[in-house]
Amino acid sequence: MEASKVIHAIYTDDDVLMSAVKKVKAEKHHIEEIYTPFPVHGLDKAMGLEPTRIAITAFMYGLVGLTVAILMMNFIMIEDWPQNIGGKPSFSYLENMPAFVPIMFELTVFFAAHLMVITFYLRSRMWPFKQAENPDPRTTDDHFLMEIAVHGNEKELQKLLKDTGAVEINLVDKEAH
Amino acid sequence: MYTFSNKLKTFSIVLMVLGLLGVGYGFMTSHKSFEEVETLLAEESHGGGHGEEAAHATPSHDTHAEDAHVNTTHGDDAHAEVDEHKKHVEHVQHQIANRPWSALYVAAFFFMMIALGVLAFYAIQIASQAGWSPVLFRVMEGITSYLLPGALIVLGIAVASGTIGHYNLFIWMDPEVVEHDKLIKGKSGFLNLPWFVIRGLVFIAGWSLYRHFSRKFSIAQDTAEDQSNFKKSFRISAAFLVFFIYTESMMSWDWIMSVDPHWFSTLFGWYVFASMFVSGITVIALITIYLKSRNYLEFVNENHLHDVAKFMFAFSIFWTYLWFSQFMLIWYSNIPEEVTYFVSRFNDYKLPFLGMVVLNFVFPILMLMNADYKRIPWFVVMTGLVILFGHYIDVFNMIMPATVGDRWFIGIPEISSILLFAGLFIFVVFTALTKAPLLVKGYPFRKESEEFHY
Repeated sequence: MEASKVIHAIYTDDDVLMSAVKKVKAEKHHIEEIYTPFPVHGLDKAMGLEPTRIAITAFMYGLVGLTVAILMMNFIMIEDWPQNIGGKPSFSYLENMPAFVPIMFELTVFFAAHLMVITFYLRSRMWPFKQAENPDPRTTDDHFLMEIAVHGNEKELQKLLKDTGAVEINLVDKEAH
Repeated sequence: MYTFSNKLKTFSIVLMVLGLLGVGYGFMTSHKSFEEVETLLAEESHGGGHGEEAAHATPSHDTHAEDAHVNTTHGDDAHAEVDEHKKHVEHVQHQIANRPWSALYVAAFFFMMIALGVLAFYAIQIASQAGWSPVLFRVMEGITSYLLPGALIVLGIAVASGTIGHYNLFIWMDPEVVEHDKLIKGKSGFLNLPWFVIRGLVFIAGWSLYRHFSRKFSIAQDTAEDQSNFKKSFRISAAFLVFFIYTESMMSWDWIMSVDPHWFSTLFGWYVFASMFVSGITVIALITIYLKSRNYLEFVNENHLHDVAKFMFAFSIFWTYLWFSQFMLIWYSNIPEEVTYFVSRFNDYKLPFLGMVVLNFVFPILMLMNADYKRIPWFVVMTGLVILFGHYIDVFNMIMPATVGDRWFIGIPEISSILLFAGLFIFVVFTALTKAPLLVKGYPFRKESEEFHY
């Protein structure tokens, strides 16, 4: 069951945020989300997030692109209409392969890059006209926000967060997405 | 301080002795008389031994010239002609005599180019003020200590093949060939022995001077109070890189491309550079892993290995890019005077020619793509050995078709030449490693490098 109330702890420094994350993790509280204006190196590790698998998808998309290029050129240039164009050997794919390599390369890169980007957008739920999910506009400028679910332990949590150097601690009702 | 373990020293000496014996054996067995070659050819006659080679537009044909494209077509009917037969036998005789020379030259060049590639890499690291690599500088300096002896040996073999040998590597050194060959005659303003030697010595002097001073400043910086030595080595590194890119290109025309004096390619210098750069980086990785496993480099961690492996990966692709660009442009336009180079390689060297693309491209790209694999020492060692073997084959493919033609084999002369120079390389490099502490103490980026993590 989703917690209906969350605590928003706001920090003004990424180093303070990092040590706060470590403390909160050590106290075994679940961090729902962290909002930062820029990438904080090592934050994903401190939060214990799984490593991304997007590189693996990119590799597979690249293989798809390579396959598309080979099948396309083989069908068009070798099987469908094997013309003699400037003396190039169109008897088999291998014999004429050097001429196809630029296309094979480019399509591999094209598929890998574009499909990976689209995968990224889908997985991170980003698209035009999407409602921004920003609890506090200052987090896009110079503030860092940690969101922790509350299970009737707000007093204890507030004290802990105060100790970690939070400049502002708010108890808010979480809106349903 | 590193101490050269006795085991490794003995191993390198054993390699050199075995190599010398094999090289000697190669030279002793390569002098076949006319009759011996005649019977040899009769034995393998018409078994498809001597494939047809591309006829060349040049009318002149010299029997000493074993150059793959200075060749008449050896059809079966050609044997009917006594004169043709004589020419054919002499041609094969010469190819057989060339084999130990070429084997020695390929191996000598291969180990020289590792040291030269590392020197270029070292200069780039200093000139770009890289923050990750200073902990590896002493390893690089150790490897480049092979450059001076190695380059002198390469030049020595090249000159010896044209003076005490019978023009076994470079046919343009043979005045008789030049006399009857308009194309080579036209190039004799550049391709002549004295000028070849002077150029070679200038290249070697320039490289060795940079190596000498950068090493000197690097060691002086260890105990220096200020950064003046670092600044000096920064300046000479930038200057060296300019000098290097000119001389490396000319060196590859001289020492490699001129074995095929009828052929030329514009991006050849870059192609040779890519080969030497990736082999050099691979050797840095291998020696670092070795020293680390012996606990001499406690300040080197898997992040440094990761970066070196990234370079191995990237420059394997760079090599392939240049290899393919050279091949595809010539294949596509198919101009006879250029394409003979690849025709002879494709007909007689199909396995090494295509095999090296697998060794130098397909294997590294699949093995080193994963970020986790780049941090595993045995994985990098395995890939590194494959890359090194692949680039030996690359040099082999550049030299052998022009000198021994279809009489190639990787047998005793080739393997023992590799052993000889591998032994010498290990001996020189590890001796140099004992001469200085393995960490650059006073280098301004040392701390950043020690704490480098990726």
